[in-house]
Amino acid sequence: MKKLLLATAATLAIAGGASAQGMDKVKACFVYVGPIGDGGWTFQHDQGRLAVIEEFGDRVDASTYQESVPEGADAERVLTQMALSGCNIIFTTSFGYMDQTNNVAAKFPNVKFEHATGYKRDHANVSTYDARFYEGRAVMGTIAGHMTESNKIGYIGSFPIPEVIQGINSSFIAARKVNPDVTMSVVWAYTWFDPAKEADAAKALIEQGVDVILQHTDSTAPLAEAAKTEGVIGFGQASDMTEFKPSPRVSSIIDNWAPYYIERIGALLDGTYEQKATWAGIAEGEVEIGEITDAVPAEVKAAAEAVRDAIVGGQHPFTGPLNKQDGSAWLAEGETPEDGDLAGMNFYVEGITGSIPQ
Amino acid sequence: MLRLEKRASPSRAWGMATPVLAVVLTMIAGGIMFAILGKNPVEAIRTIFWDPLFNPQFASYSRPQLLVKAGPLILIAVGLSLGFRAGIWNIGAEGQYIIGAITGAAVGLAFYPMGGWFIFPLMVIAGAFGGFLWAMIPAVLRTVFRTNEILVSLLLVYVAQSLLSSMALGALRNPQGGGFPGSRNLSQYPAAANPELIAGTGMHWGVVASFIAVTFAYILLQRHMLGFSIRLAGQAPRAARFAGVSPTRLVILCLGISGALAGLAGLFEVTGPAGQISIDFASGYGFTAIIVAFLGRLNPVGILLAGLLMALTYIGGELAQFMLGLPAAAIQAFQGMLLFFLLAVDLLSNYRIRIGRAQ
Repeated sequence: MKKLLLATAATLAIAGGASAQGMDKVKACFVYVGPIGDGGWTFQHDQGRLAVIEEFGDRVDASTYQESVPEGADAERVLTQMALSGCNIIFTTSFGYMDQTNNVAAKFPNVKFEHATGYKRDHANVSTYDARFYEGRAVMGTIAGHMTESNKIGYIGSFPIPEVIQGINSSFIAARKVNPDVTMSVVWAYTWFDPAKEADAAKALIEQGVDVILQHTDSTAPLAEAAKTEGVIGFGQASDMTEFKPSPRVSSIIDNWAPYYIERIGALLDGTYEQKATWAGIAEGEVEIGEITDAVPAEVKAAAEAVRDAIVGGQHPFTGPLNKQDGSAWLAEGETPEDGDLAGMNFYVEGITGSIPQ
Repeated sequence: MLRLEKRASPSRAWGMATPVLAVVLTMIAGGIMFAILGKNPVEAIRTIFWDPLFNPQFASYSRPQLLVKAGPLILIAVGLSLGFRAGIWNIGAEGQYIIGAITGAAVGLAFYPMGGWFIFPLMVIAGAFGGFLWAMIPAVLRTVFRTNEILVSLLLVYVAQSLLSSMALGALRNPQGGGFPGSRNLSQYPAAANPELIAGTGMHWGVVASFIAVTFAYILLQRHMLGFSIRLAGQAPRAARFAGVSPTRLVILCLGISGALAGLAGLFEVTGPAGQISIDFASGYGFTAIIVAFLGRLNPVGILLAGLLMALTYIGGELAQFMLGLPAAAIQAFQGMLLFFLLAVDLLSNYRIRIGRAQ
């Protein structure tokens, strides 16, 4: 399994797939899982697309995108039709497009496919890219641990896949480090974007006495829900979500895809494009921590920034000793996990209650 | 002064003409909406209705896709139309579709990696049976406890969706999937796959089944005693009771048939175009089929055409989104207009418009 998953730090070039000569003009196309107006995940990908237009001007046609494409049979048709319409490179921006991206890539060997957050690169023209969101979660978890009065932190999960479980574990470890009494409740929404469901999840958490909410879903609905109750705070997810500043949004994790999109399309233009698997974090600027507002005391802000700077300096958010939820040993003192193991993470760390849906 | 006068019997001519009129009205109103959005309305309408069928760049791919998209819609809608005619409202076809996919896929996965000609037929039976059983819950509750089948069948959709998530994460999860949710890919398991029967046509067993269902439903309604009972129960429930039609039997039959057909649609989808049980396998076919059933005037042949038209607006709508940059919401509004105009102009087949005061 390790071989199947990405087993390298940062970026790794895989043999093959290099195109020798450049192109005069590139048509870049984007497939989105939600609407651009989600104010979160899809919005940030679209910001990346706009940055590409800004960067390359007439040399790139990046006007083609499609919103709210279901992660199933429909995605395969959308991708095929995009390839037929003359796209040179297609960015598929959700985990659930993995099989479809690879299926369509097999039929169009001359079109480059870039799949976000996946791990399958079955063909030479498929690359994957992802961000180390769990690094940002450690910073949010630090703030959460300091700020909670009830010692109850809530987490709205989208789907129980490794990327989301990494975030839950990372924020919990960071929160426990600064506040040993902290407990965490996780609610699964089974959606990436559904404001009504996300609001319900936030409401349920607040009713249980939770006063800090983290989310791995894409809309601003949980923040809007938190704003209704005095003393409840949350964080911007994927996008800065500034309209909820200074509280309930006290900070945010911002996905910044623009540098990656500019790099890849630039490489296609000048002929240096190669198949890659990229997993970049705070140090590379792909994950950014949004402004920590004055709703947070100065010392908490300083503690959070110290965690952020330590991660940039090479401190891994998952550093042993750490046990799994069942008490069995996971990482020994000072040990850090391999990327391949992280990419397949399917367990909670010790101290989190509840179980991952099976 | 305009006023409406009820016709003694619905006009056949208007019954035929109204769908066409509705499509034309939708094009006009939709065109105005696209123009307000700053797009060329003629180009937008052409992209939605013409390009998927005749654009040389896309047509060879999107024409077969029309069948792939329309197949499950037609199969489910035909089943629903029988109940709707009899005043039995199965709103939960989406749930029966999901359960059919789960039971069918489970049978196939149980045999993995064995080969054998009997596996796929067994899965088909299991899929239909799963949908049938799921529909029996509202049927039995209605006949025994007089609960409302609209509410029960609708709420069971949400139960089915939770069950689907649980299956994708647990019992049916691919043991070689690296911890990720989702079952093995059935379309890559030859004994359980539902591939394209003739390359490049989009024709798979689900499409074949939907054509068979249309034929049978047509014969049933025109020539069979049961079809007569269904129509009678819908038009004149009291008369139906005097004629010896058992309401209990009719509820069980109508919900059972529509559930089984929805389950079949789910099975053919999970073994073909979708390929696997995944958390987001449910794509709303069960709900869209309700629209298709009414667009087709609850008539099997009408449903066949309505399913194809609906599929066309989906595929053409996708093209329009990325070719012209139309927002997804505009396409949904466009589809909504189509339904609205169809139901609105339906008035003309039951009423005639008179100018002047009532005598």
